Amino acid sequence: MKISTHVYNVGQGMKNVWRNKLFSLASIATMSACIFLFGIFYSLGTNFQAMVKTAEEGVAVTVFFDEGISQAQIDEIGNEISKRAEVSEYNFVSADDAWATFQEEYFGDNPELAEGFAEDNPLANSANYEIYLNDVSMQPTLVSFLEGLDGVRQVNQSEVAAKTLTDINSAITIISMGIVVILLAVSIFLISNTVMVGISVRREEIAIMKLIGAKDAFVRQPFVVEGIMIGLIGSIIPLILLFFMYEEVIKYMASEFNFLSNMVSFIPVKTIFTTLVPVSLLLGVGIGWIGSRVTLHKHLKV
Amino acid sequence: MIRLDHVSKSYEAGKPALDDVTIHIDPGEFVFVVGDSGSGKSTLIRLLLKELEPTKGKIYINGQDLKKVTHKKIPMYRRNVGVVFQNFRLLPDRNVYENVAFAMKVIESPNKEIKKKVPTMLSLVGLAAKYRSMPKQLSGGEQQRVAIARALVNEPKILLADEPTGNLDPTNAWEIMGLLEEINKRGTTVIVVTHNMEIVKAMNKRVITIKKGVVVSDVGGDDYED
Repeated sequence: MKISTHVYNVGQGMKNVWRNKLFSLASIATMSACIFLFGIFYSLGTNFQAMVKTAEEGVAVTVFFDEGISQAQIDEIGNEISKRAEVSEYNFVSADDAWATFQEEYFGDNPELAEGFAEDNPLANSANYEIYLNDVSMQPTLVSFLEGLDGVRQVNQSEVAAKTLTDINSAITIISMGIVVILLAVSIFLISNTVMVGISVRREEIAIMKLIGAKDAFVRQPFVVEGIMIGLIGSIIPLILLFFMYEEVIKYMASEFNFLSNMVSFIPVKTIFTTLVPVSLLLGVGIGWIGSRVTLHKHLKV
Repeated sequence: MIRLDHVSKSYEAGKPALDDVTIHIDPGEFVFVVGDSGSGKSTLIRLLLKELEPTKGKIYINGQDLKKVTHKKIPMYRRNVGVVFQNFRLLPDRNVYENVAFAMKVIESPNKEIKKKVPTMLSLVGLAAKYRSMPKQLSGGEQQRVAIARALVNEPKILLADEPTGNLDPTNAWEIMGLLEEINKRGTTVIVVTHNMEIVKAMNKRVITIKKGVVVSDVGGDDYED
């Protein structure tokens, strides 16, 4: 096709959105509703996952050493730990550090109580490595590895915390995946239905074009442009809504549930939208494009 | 130019809509195809437009076997065959000018040529003044004129008219027939399917009569008797 024909068809497709106002409105509304729901679940899911991740980062495994172990041996253990893929971070806590932390936590208000231990660190055998993991679900593997190391007396882990977090994480993943899949299926069904109704109303128009001698591509192009336009508008509207709603909800949560802000932090809207915008636009345009192409297909056999 | 060799068309089990039809139409002829409703006249038009495939027999247009025209090549074929219908079949959301221009857009004519040719065509059918009207603002006769302008703007060699006066009052019907005759005089082969016997008799052209799918007579205007 000539460039001028493409330009004409793109123009016709855009005009069609206006010419078929009712149909366009119905399609845009359906598309917007679906993408809006998708956006809400995506934001919720991402935030939940981030909260779990934050909680995970606080879960540590503590490794205590055999009595009388040399610093060289401790360093060797540290070296072994650093090689593990599960480990995101590890710190050496000396016996003095441990005692200082303990004093601060328990005798903070009455430092005189700790004075009796001045010369004799009661936590002399409490030098340890505090290990933070990339993923708490890997905790058991790491623990059994650590327990097998020479010079390791004891490995403390918070099994319940790790298990709970792992369970929550997989539950969120499964639920949000499920919801997204259902939403997608419903969207595709609703949108293709709307497109189908729109196109069968215009079957006559397509038949006339074909009888005049229009090639399939010529007939198809304005419809596809129309579908893409509807998809684009239908995804931009919910994105704008979501953008303002998200900020408002975060503000509201922060002011009404003050205690929450100490426990969790919400992902900034920009971070959410870096993924949400391209995915939603792609979804809208993709469904509009595929919907109009597939539905047109059977009407072109005239 | 148009040749049907023993063409039959059956839709489903039952009597064929067309049964062993053989017709030859020369270039530049004006032919009426008459018959009662359901006699197979419209099936004939649809076969000539390659909207339908014959069950048996062969159709040749300008020496080309229609069976060999693939789906991809149908648009090119149809550009040589103009068609007008009883119910006009205009694009309702486009004005008179756009409806006619659309036929040229379809074959990717340059804009310059469209701007030159569409007004000429609209003048020919007497609608130059109404180029901005929407189809629903026009009378039946005017809508049919737009349809004729659209069918002819690409200068097809053949014009098929399926009951072109079926929805028109006698005055408009005569005007449309006059227009078709004028177009025929300019060299286009015109085939008019109708059951308006008054017009058929008065125009004194070749008449092919179809009854229950069979050609029962094919005579020159002078010999035609209802």
